Amino acid sequence: MTEVITPAAPVHRGPADLHYLNEHRGLRSWLTTVDHKRIGVMYLWSVLLAFLLGGIFAMLVRLELLTPKKTIIEADAYNQAFTLHGAIMIFLFIIPAIPAALGNFVLPLLLGAKDVAFPRLNLASYYVYVIGALFALGSMLTGGVDTGWTFYTPYSTTSNTSVSMMTMAAFILGFSSIFTGVNFIATIHKLRAPGMSWHTMPLFVWGTYATAVIQVLATPVLGITLLLLLMERVWEIGIFDPRLGGDPVLFQHFFWFYSHPAVYIMILPGMAIISEVVPTFSKKTIFGYKAIAYSSVAIAFVSFLVWGHHMFTSGQSDLATAVFSFLTFLVAIPSAIKVFNWLATMYRGSLDLKAPMLYAIMFLLLFAIGGLTGIFLGTISVDVHLHDTYFVVAHFHYVMMGGTVIAFLAGLHYWWPKMFGRMYSESWARVAAALIFIGFNMTFIPQFIMGSRGMPRRYYNYLDQFQPLHGFSTFGSWVLGLGLLIVAGYLLGSLRKRCDAPGSPWGGMTLEWTTSSPPITHNFETTPVLTHGPYDYSLPGRRA
Amino acid sequence: MSETAAQPGRRAHEPFLQHHFAEPEQQVEAGKIGMWLFLVTEVLLFGGLFVAFGIMQTRHPEAFASAHHHLDRIMGGLNTIVLLSSSFTMVMAVAAAAANKRKQLIVFLVLTLVFAGVFLVVKYFEYSHKFHDGLLPGKYYSFQGESVPGEFMFFSFYFMMTGLHGIHVLAGMGAIGWVLRRAIRGDFSNRYYAPVDLVGLYWHLVDLIWIYLFPLLYLIQ
Repeated sequence: MTEVITPAAPVHRGPADLHYLNEHRGLRSWLTTVDHKRIGVMYLWSVLLAFLLGGIFAMLVRLELLTPKKTIIEADAYNQAFTLHGAIMIFLFIIPAIPAALGNFVLPLLLGAKDVAFPRLNLASYYVYVIGALFALGSMLTGGVDTGWTFYTPYSTTSNTSVSMMTMAAFILGFSSIFTGVNFIATIHKLRAPGMSWHTMPLFVWGTYATAVIQVLATPVLGITLLLLLMERVWEIGIFDPRLGGDPVLFQHFFWFYSHPAVYIMILPGMAIISEVVPTFSKKTIFGYKAIAYSSVAIAFVSFLVWGHHMFTSGQSDLATAVFSFLTFLVAIPSAIKVFNWLATMYRGSLDLKAPMLYAIMFLLLFAIGGLTGIFLGTISVDVHLHDTYFVVAHFHYVMMGGTVIAFLAGLHYWWPKMFGRMYSESWARVAAALIFIGFNMTFIPQFIMGSRGMPRRYYNYLDQFQPLHGFSTFGSWVLGLGLLIVAGYLLGSLRKRCDAPGSPWGGMTLEWTTSSPPITHNFETTPVLTHGPYDYSLPGRRA
Repeated sequence: MSETAAQPGRRAHEPFLQHHFAEPEQQVEAGKIGMWLFLVTEVLLFGGLFVAFGIMQTRHPEAFASAHHHLDRIMGGLNTIVLLSSSFTMVMAVAAAAANKRKQLIVFLVLTLVFAGVFLVVKYFEYSHKFHDGLLPGKYYSFQGESVPGEFMFFSFYFMMTGLHGIHVLAGMGAIGWVLRRAIRGDFSNRYYAPVDLVGLYWHLVDLIWIYLFPLLYLIQ
């Protein structure tokens, strides 16, 4: 019954006639599907739509900041624009982007499984996501939000914008994230292909596992925090309101107890993609498999112990500040372990600079900058100067955009042929990648400089001396936006072609490449049995 | 969901085996992992409230001590016994399912539902008493008798914690009702009773949360 995949003769199937996209047709078949691949695809279009919307707000913010005082919108509209940019990008795009969209599609394939452990829960998570998104949309249409995506009290309890509805949106989206996390943990424990041990799982699975653990452990705390905020607004329960004997900094503690681990919900799946792309396009066994695998778990663990570094200047005790600063530095160790292992994998490999690999290399460069500037901010004495400046904005965009979004693009280009069975234009992909790299750095390097000179974040107006740098940053955002539009153009364009992607366009050795592109509804003709590790490119006949 | 096309012979004996699982044990174990993870999220959800309660109690010890005297220990104690009994009947229901005793299973599930209902009725009387006295959360607090400033915050927590717990009791009753319907339909046997088991786990957690809420709100000075 079972098919043995021999290393010497990997299966390269051509386009399948009947696959998950065309076996069932019609809107109804999509809305009621429990196929992880279709749910992944629905998630993908949804998060891309959110990315577009969040991106439009980002462009608006940058355009407004082109000149001091008013450029095109008033101060109130500006406050709303940056809040909605942040809230949409975080809750509707980055958190679900890699796990729920790409992860949903590839995780069972990587494991050699037919589906995730709880297919109906998976569909439920998508519908909950949609409901959350509708609430967010409702909030925008009924007055918007101007608190910043962090909803800090006391402003968030007094602002008369539509904070309650946006809070509900984030609360609901949390459930969607929990459902995905629970599902993935159970899937990874119970649905690995025969022969696949914890140490022969692809590294993407390890990254997803660590992410899912954080999703399950941290998100409920966000849920209760947002519920308390909501109650504060509706009932005036008093716990965050100093007038009533409450404590606004308590909200910050609660919020960051979730939201700091949440940034690892965002970056760990990005790292997981890089761990797949680098060996495939270096044609070399991954260097330090266990180090990369366990560093994901280490990051997940440490992530819960560092939230206090968001409150260095909020009046928490000196002892707590010192301890949080030290713990924050610990994050650098597993992160650096990963980066060095990826570099060691590339060293003397036969590098194939296709689009996914270009993005992976871009990730290494940008994430290194993002990570190292995190050390600056974790240092107490430096942070007092840099706190709430553009330095922080630049730092997290280097990690979140330069890290996660670039990794998402790497994964999207890597698995696009598998998802839709079409190859995209490699030359356009290069042009777009170059524009994105240049545009991104043009946008955010000036922000590091402005931040270190004291330009505060979220300000509508600024001193004339910052205008050249703000202007340069805004020009950069146009280049970046153009690059992303080109990506959208050639990827969507590829869908108009006939299916032309081979089963394994990149010569990858993980299981998703052993089935056809796009895969059949049940993923594999027969249950695959693992006979080699995920990156055994050194086996005879595999060396390029 | 139950895709039987692939291996019709073997799968015909396992009507509830989902297509992506190779064998029933795998499905049961996956379900257990899922349920335990879900319980973890519940503990963390309530955990946030417990932490917030603890912090505010240390800030306003007099108000919290004074406010908790308004709670009725007899009613709280009664409800504790009721919920503990419901956990016992739930355990018996799972045991009955495992022993393939359909009638016993149905009886114990009904008993569990009855206890859950009694809990809510007692809670209803407690709530109406608080409403009557104006012992309400936040800005709705309007108690006329002697009180220490800040008692409204205790009642904010009281209503949030017992309210959230009450919602969980309702959800648990829904789940037990669903399992009961399937039990009456004859879905379960000693080969397949995972849903009873999993709903049981959830119900014990709902009970357990009350075991912590009762002393925290009613007993501790």
